[in-house]
Amino acid sequence: MTRKQRRLTLICGALAVLAIAAGLVLNALRDSIVFFSTPSMVAEKHIGPGKRFRLGGLVQPGSLERGDNLAVSFSVADGTATLPVAYKGILPDLFREGQGVVAEGSLDASGVFRADTVLAKHDETYMPKDVADALKKQGHWKDDYGAKPSASAAPQPAQGAMR
Amino acid sequence: MIAESGHYALVLALALALIQSTVPLIGARWRDVALMNVARSTALMQLLFVAASFVALVMLHVTSDFSVANVYENSHSLKPLIYKITGVWGNHEGSMLLWVSILALFGGLVAAFGNNLPLSLRAHVLAVQAWIASAFYLFILITSNPFLRIVNPPIEGRDLNPVLQDIGLAVHPPMLYLGYVGFSISFSFAVAALIEGRIDAAWARWVRPWTLVAWIFLTLGIAMGSYWAYYELGWGGWWFWDPVENASLMPWLAGTALLHSALVMEKRNALKVWTILLSILTFSLSLLGTFLVRSGVLTSVHAFATDPTRGVFILLILCVFIGGSLSLYAWRAPALKRGGLFAPISREGALVLNNLFLTTACATVFIGTLYPLALEVLTGDKISVGAPFFNLTFAPLFVPLMIAVPFGPLLAWKRGDLLGAAQRLTAAGLASLVAIALLWAWTRGGATLAPLAIGLAVFVIVGVLCDLAERTALLRIPLSISLRRARGLPRAVWGTAFAHAGLGVALIGIVCETTWNSEYIGAIKPGDLANVAGYQLKLDGLTQRQGPNFREMVAKFTVSRDGEKLSVMTPSKRNFTTRGSSTTEAALLTRGASQLYISLGDGSADGAIAVRIYHKPLVLLIWWGPVLMAFGGVLSLSDRRLRVGAPKPARATRTLQAAE
Repeated sequence: MTRKQRRLTLICGALAVLAIAAGLVLNALRDSIVFFSTPSMVAEKHIGPGKRFRLGGLVQPGSLERGDNLAVSFSVADGTATLPVAYKGILPDLFREGQGVVAEGSLDASGVFRADTVLAKHDETYMPKDVADALKKQGHWKDDYGAKPSASAAPQPAQGAMR
Repeated sequence: MIAESGHYALVLALALALIQSTVPLIGARWRDVALMNVARSTALMQLLFVAASFVALVMLHVTSDFSVANVYENSHSLKPLIYKITGVWGNHEGSMLLWVSILALFGGLVAAFGNNLPLSLRAHVLAVQAWIASAFYLFILITSNPFLRIVNPPIEGRDLNPVLQDIGLAVHPPMLYLGYVGFSISFSFAVAALIEGRIDAAWARWVRPWTLVAWIFLTLGIAMGSYWAYYELGWGGWWFWDPVENASLMPWLAGTALLHSALVMEKRNALKVWTILLSILTFSLSLLGTFLVRSGVLTSVHAFATDPTRGVFILLILCVFIGGSLSLYAWRAPALKRGGLFAPISREGALVLNNLFLTTACATVFIGTLYPLALEVLTGDKISVGAPFFNLTFAPLFVPLMIAVPFGPLLAWKRGDLLGAAQRLTAAGLASLVAIALLWAWTRGGATLAPLAIGLAVFVIVGVLCDLAERTALLRIPLSISLRRARGLPRAVWGTAFAHAGLGVALIGIVCETTWNSEYIGAIKPGDLANVAGYQLKLDGLTQRQGPNFREMVAKFTVSRDGEKLSVMTPSKRNFTTRGSSTTEAALLTRGASQLYISLGDGSADGAIAVRIYHKPLVLLIWWGPVLMAFGGVLSLSDRRLRVGAPKPARATRTLQAAE
């Protein structure tokens, strides 16, 4: 084989692998991504039952109820709308009423969000970015949320919001 | 006083870095030996000053000086000493200081041990190293100074995020940074080669050990991080395809490709231009990782200390270094001489295939990590790309790579014999088929993919053994001679064997854990029994205990199997009063390579407590695999060939090039 042929083989091989990879990626992007919604977006967009999405918002204070065998139900609110959520399992350490939460699952026929995962990826000064952004967009952002009881001289721009 | 000295030392380090980034270049232009040697002394002095600055911050944390903002925000006087020290890098400012310290450490190592490098190459490498260092010193001094004082010092600190108060944190970030930042050396070498317009096999010989060191640390760092997440976050998961994890996986994939392509370059003087590109890409991905973690563009389990105003600065650094080096590459790379020829079926060909699959896999991870960001910026839609995406893209690309792994070392350089290699791998193929058949019979109707994946892993492991048997002519000649041959094999061969076998071992662990994991989730009361995978766990009782800076509720479980008492497990839930947050301390019981895992949930009014109990078969193999790989790396590093190094390259190369 000449140098040119060898190079051609190499390039063809590389292109074949890249094409396969591109096919895999496009296929996966079509099927396996999950969109994020807040309760009011759910109401606006009329998301049908069975479609998986991520629900984000604040856990409505006083809405948490524990049933038998680790079944829990609570409501997620974003200031405009609320959505009841049902979940079975152990809630994360940082789950608390009045705090931000992200749940993944789908709506059932009666309009209850059946979550199979509940994430509370935040500490007490932090709110999931999706939730914070969505709340801010709707003008329900509380500036004092997670404000530090600090006398710190360090510049702390938008601490609670973006951390 | 300590804070001001630390700050001052950092400013001095910046000044030294600025000198180091210009003077040696002028020296190289003028061929002035004295000016080129400035690089060496400034690199060593820089290391000294950064180390002083780092030690100053550690001392501030140890003495709990709450007049310093960084200490106030991340420490507490009651915190155990070990976490006072590890807390130094558990926050943004401190971890950036650790980052530059390690950068200076690597620069200092090149300066101290690079005596056999050609003078001008060393000057260029250290100058490029200093460009990176200057950028990051400026970043720290301008946007994230760890030595800022508070006007009215508080009496008590705000404590470190409880999740980070763990021994895993002591080890994981420094390891990871040693890996990330270690790739800066191969980057600097690549840019220096482009500036000089000269590159040869000797260059690859210098770059390979540095890349190998970085790769070993990165491998261990990722494994450590995964194990930490496994036992500390209390979900029993060990890899979440979280953007921050992906940020460390991408440089690892590119770095693994770089290790292999540098091998081709060193042995056969081929793939030069590609190796240079990979060096640049690997470090660029490390920078990208730093950006993703430190800028706060992503929210994830790991984003504990982030701030968007800093993001712009790191983004600038990112653009300047990646854009600059890639432009330099586009401009200078065509001038580099082409190297040796090889047939598609050859050791080189196999290594090219390896590179192809590794970089493509890296690209899919890249897309999966950045696509949600790009989509949010462009359309405002928020999506999450999780494990399903990566299972559908990353996994299929790794399968052909794993199949090819045993073939590579069996092929000859230049022109290989695929049929011969396949013949020598017959044993491995048979072993893998037997494993698949046995598993199929045993699980009967269960998961179909799992036996196939384990068969693949067995193929890789036995393939490695076949290669070793081939090299020592095992069973064909007397055993004693074979053993002597085995001792005589180059350490690099053993290194390859361990690293490749590690891949198979990790795959077995991953498949077993995900397929045959059994779990029990429920609320139980003291005296209740739970049955998981043939083990009986009895909750004996719950007790409260006071720790140094937390209160914890400890549950005591008696574990027995077939009526025989095995052990006692004590998972707990800790409540940290300062931050008002709690953590779950899982209890682990290791049986061989399998583990029982208990983590606690919330207690309820009637005295019951929610528990998660998992039985994870062969889960430890997931981490033994990377440890084996790293061990292989260490063996390869200790190979005589790399220790002796490449003597007198400059002249030898010139004659070589003339001969081409």
